[in-house]
Amino acid sequence: MVIKVLGSGCSNCKKLEKNTKEAVKELGLDAKVEKVEDIKDIMGFGVMKTPALVVDEKVVLKGRVAKTDEIVTILKNS
Amino acid sequence: MDFINGLLQFKWLYKLVELLVENVFNISMTTRLGSSIHFFIYDTIKIVILLGIMIFLISYIRSYFPPERTKKILSKFDGIKGNIMASLMGIVTPFCSCSSVPIFIGFVEAGVPLGLTFSFLITSPIVNEAAFAILLASFGWKLAFLYVITGVIVGVVGGIIIGKLKLENEVEEYVYQMQVGESEVEKLNRKERINFALENVKEIVGRIWIYLLIGIGIGAVIHGWAPAPVLAKYAGPDNPLAVFVAVILGIPLYSNALGTIPIAEALINKGVGIGTAMAFMMATTALSLPEMILLRKVIKPKLIAYFVAITGVAIILVGYLFNAVAHLLI
Repeated sequence: MVIKVLGSGCSNCKKLEKNTKEAVKELGLDAKVEKVEDIKDIMGFGVMKTPALVVDEKVVLKGRVAKTDEIVTILKNS
Repeated sequence: MDFINGLLQFKWLYKLVELLVENVFNISMTTRLGSSIHFFIYDTIKIVILLGIMIFLISYIRSYFPPERTKKILSKFDGIKGNIMASLMGIVTPFCSCSSVPIFIGFVEAGVPLGLTFSFLITSPIVNEAAFAILLASFGWKLAFLYVITGVIVGVVGGIIIGKLKLENEVEEYVYQMQVGESEVEKLNRKERINFALENVKEIVGRIWIYLLIGIGIGAVIHGWAPAPVLAKYAGPDNPLAVFVAVILGIPLYSNALGTIPIAEALINKGVGIGTAMAFMMATTALSLPEMILLRKVIKPKLIAYFVAITGVAIILVGYLFNAVAHLLI
């Protein structure tokens, strides 16, 4: 599983990255969490408001910071 | 209705803090120290309450208007109607300067005219929930709503002018070649919307509280000590330069400078023009240096210069207008 956190480096993006890493740890997933900061790559996913979360090239969350337990649910379902 | 009005005017809080200062601290309200301490405690509590409520309500409404939806709506409009629509959407679409670049690219790619995009980009930061709440706390409903309306007008006028100037070639070329992917708009349930709104409250209050406390602190000192006649002379409504200087001062400041509004409140009570204070607020939010640096990624310096000049002039005019009609407002 490849998880990407999209964001240009604002504080919300860092918060989402942190929560995502916690969620991955909680589930004991063998997943890589990458940070995508390039605007062209972000727009390529059709995301207009950061931060956003992408799991295996699919946008699962955008425009807001989700709490760790919400991300756990998202990751379980995808 | 009377009860709600009373609650909103915070007379109860005013009295409560008055009792605290006079009976618990044993300082008379007629002394400078007493009136300063009262100003500080009363303003802090009032602003925190209003900030919390307003940010929550507005964020909840905003959760229904993700930029993807705004983009689709605006791509169907054109002309002045389009500018008005874009400014109004600027109010309800969640915005922070860190997303101004992706929003700009998304709009251009969806075929939203440049003038409409700028109407959106000008109004969106001016009419923000924190500014609205602090204005409400400091100056009341009338002025807070007037601020929103003028924020829309500044955006509409600025957007129309930029649209007429045909500056499409001042947008970086790569923006037009960008491939924007499709992604579905997330369906949120009520719990997620409430969560979104609460997170916003936390985020904004966490970001500006320290500036706010400093602002209220300085405001409290001015409230007790500053010599009113001197201030009125230099920054009063009769000094034509005051608005101009306020706008110039506001540009390098970021929106955290909203914390300075309590300073403005104290200054206005001492005779500084209300339009001067409003112009300062609009300039700090609409014309922030960090946002211009971000926008430079997608537009060329010439268009940035037009954007700053047009918005700046519009804000200065608003300042003069408010100074001229101030006596009708408070």
